[in-house]
Amino acid sequence: MKKFFYSQKAAPYVFVLPFVLTVLLFWLGPIIKGINLSFQDVMKDQWVGLGNYQRLLTDKIFWKAVSNSVKYCILTLVLLIPFPLLFAVLLNSHLMKHSNIFKSIYFLPALTSVVVAGTVFRLMFGEASESLLNQVIGLFGHAPIKWLKSQGTAYFALLTLCCWRWTGVNIMYFLAGIQSIPADLYEAAEIDGASKWQQFKSITIPLVKPTTIYVLTISIYAGLAMFLESFMLWRGNNSPNNIGLTIVGYLYRQGIEKRAMGYACAVGIVLLIFVMIVNFIQLKLNGTFSKEER
Amino acid sequence: MADLSVMSEQARASYKKKKRRDNGKTAGLIILFTILAVLIIIPIYVLFIASFKPGDDFVAYGLNLNPEFSKWSLVNYDLLFNGDHNYWIWFRNSIILTVITVVLTLLVSAFVAYGFAAYEFKGRNFLFMIVLGIMSVPFEVIMLPLYQQMSDWQLMDTYFAIVIPFLANASTIFFFRQYLLGMPKSLIEAGRIDGATEYGIFFKLIIPIMKPAFAAMAILNGMNAWNNYMWPLLVIRSEDKYTLTLGLNTLLNPYGNNYSLLIVGSCFSIIPIFILFIAFQKYFIEGMTAGAVKG
Repeated sequence: MKKFFYSQKAAPYVFVLPFVLTVLLFWLGPIIKGINLSFQDVMKDQWVGLGNYQRLLTDKIFWKAVSNSVKYCILTLVLLIPFPLLFAVLLNSHLMKHSNIFKSIYFLPALTSVVVAGTVFRLMFGEASESLLNQVIGLFGHAPIKWLKSQGTAYFALLTLCCWRWTGVNIMYFLAGIQSIPADLYEAAEIDGASKWQQFKSITIPLVKPTTIYVLTISIYAGLAMFLESFMLWRGNNSPNNIGLTIVGYLYRQGIEKRAMGYACAVGIVLLIFVMIVNFIQLKLNGTFSKEER
Repeated sequence: MADLSVMSEQARASYKKKKRRDNGKTAGLIILFTILAVLIIIPIYVLFIASFKPGDDFVAYGLNLNPEFSKWSLVNYDLLFNGDHNYWIWFRNSIILTVITVVLTLLVSAFVAYGFAAYEFKGRNFLFMIVLGIMSVPFEVIMLPLYQQMSDWQLMDTYFAIVIPFLANASTIFFFRQYLLGMPKSLIEAGRIDGATEYGIFFKLIIPIMKPAFAAMAILNGMNAWNNYMWPLLVIRSEDKYTLTLGLNTLLNPYGNNYSLLIVGSCFSIIPIFILFIAFQKYFIEGMTAGAVKG
């Protein structure tokens, strides 16, 4: 037995065992449990079949949450992929000096918790004319705005918070990707007389693609599952007219606040299916399904 | 540096011109990145100056850039260090929880990653697909059933429930595996010839070469553990077990001088993780690059 444990045949399975156990106990188990609960009315301890899902289809607030999450996700992708990539390329340029100081500064926001960041942003986006954002628009002669009470400005606040926190992290990911590109490719291109833009387009973009796909995947995930930013900005899960309500926010409201566990689990399963479809399409389009396996 | 003395007149002129153009570009880049840095620092600066202002002010006026030195005092800091509150208990809890989480997550994830990187075995590709799959599924999807399960297992209100489910962390495993794919296989062979066991090789030969990767992941996992909010919010009930994020959020009511403690406490909450970042920063990019996603 002991000999088998130490053999080269058994060793790999021992190594991956903690992961297998984690998956079974803390992923597969809960997913099955979630599916199971989503067919029940947990409060009344009743089997309702597809009842919860049918209710979701006509639940206007749920669809409001879906539309908020999807819009937020798309906007974060537009802001948090091209710009960090561009910044990373420029930071990496030999013309740039002191880039390490800048990298550290850009990473600072990611070190703050969402509780701290959300509270600071809520107070900067305050309604009083003395709050930071109202001061800024005041400079342009604009009257104070109730930032967190209408849809457009609320998105603006959410996106500002999101960009503030994650731009630096994404710059780091892209920098790491860029620095693993062999330098002689650029030297060869230089000798052939390629402009910086051509080098960016034909060397950097294609070779940094695996990083881009990674960042894209985690951004889709994070965008669709956003909750705490909104939870902190509105000090609880209750934005006016649900302008800040997200899918996970709705899941939290139903499951934790209203104790409708079955219905909330149905929301969770819909989110799971949704994320899987989006990622499947994304990976298919980028053609990395087969390549990821080596 | 080009040696100007050996250049022809023409080459020298064009070199100088290029040099001047480059200097212009450098200045442009520095200006661009300084603007970005200022934008990034504003909220932190706002928080910092607010820690010297009276707490009632934020509730009434929000936060802004005016230092308003006339209102400055150390009242908030006095409250933080001498006041009657649980801040330092939360602080200690967060430190303990973060250290435990980071150390165990790095060890367990590296252990698993080594299995993926060093061996060919049946089911490896399938299992690795699951690693990738979990990386792209939000935790929030399983949050409620996991919560239910923890409560069925009587693990509510324990740190065990916060730490254990996430030790074999998919993205950390993925990163370590990428890193280890670049290690020389001869190292393992040499270990075997020297008579080390398969596990001995991992602990004695592999862990030492993973330092940069550990540094990178220590920062990322440390950040997540220190700032973790969602899951502890569901699991932890008793106030003496609150972490900093949970505790700070309980201060969010508009009565009394809670905002004073909230702001100054928030300022302070950034410090430990900032120290961790500064300490490991040197290895951070190096480690990130070595473990970078490669096609």
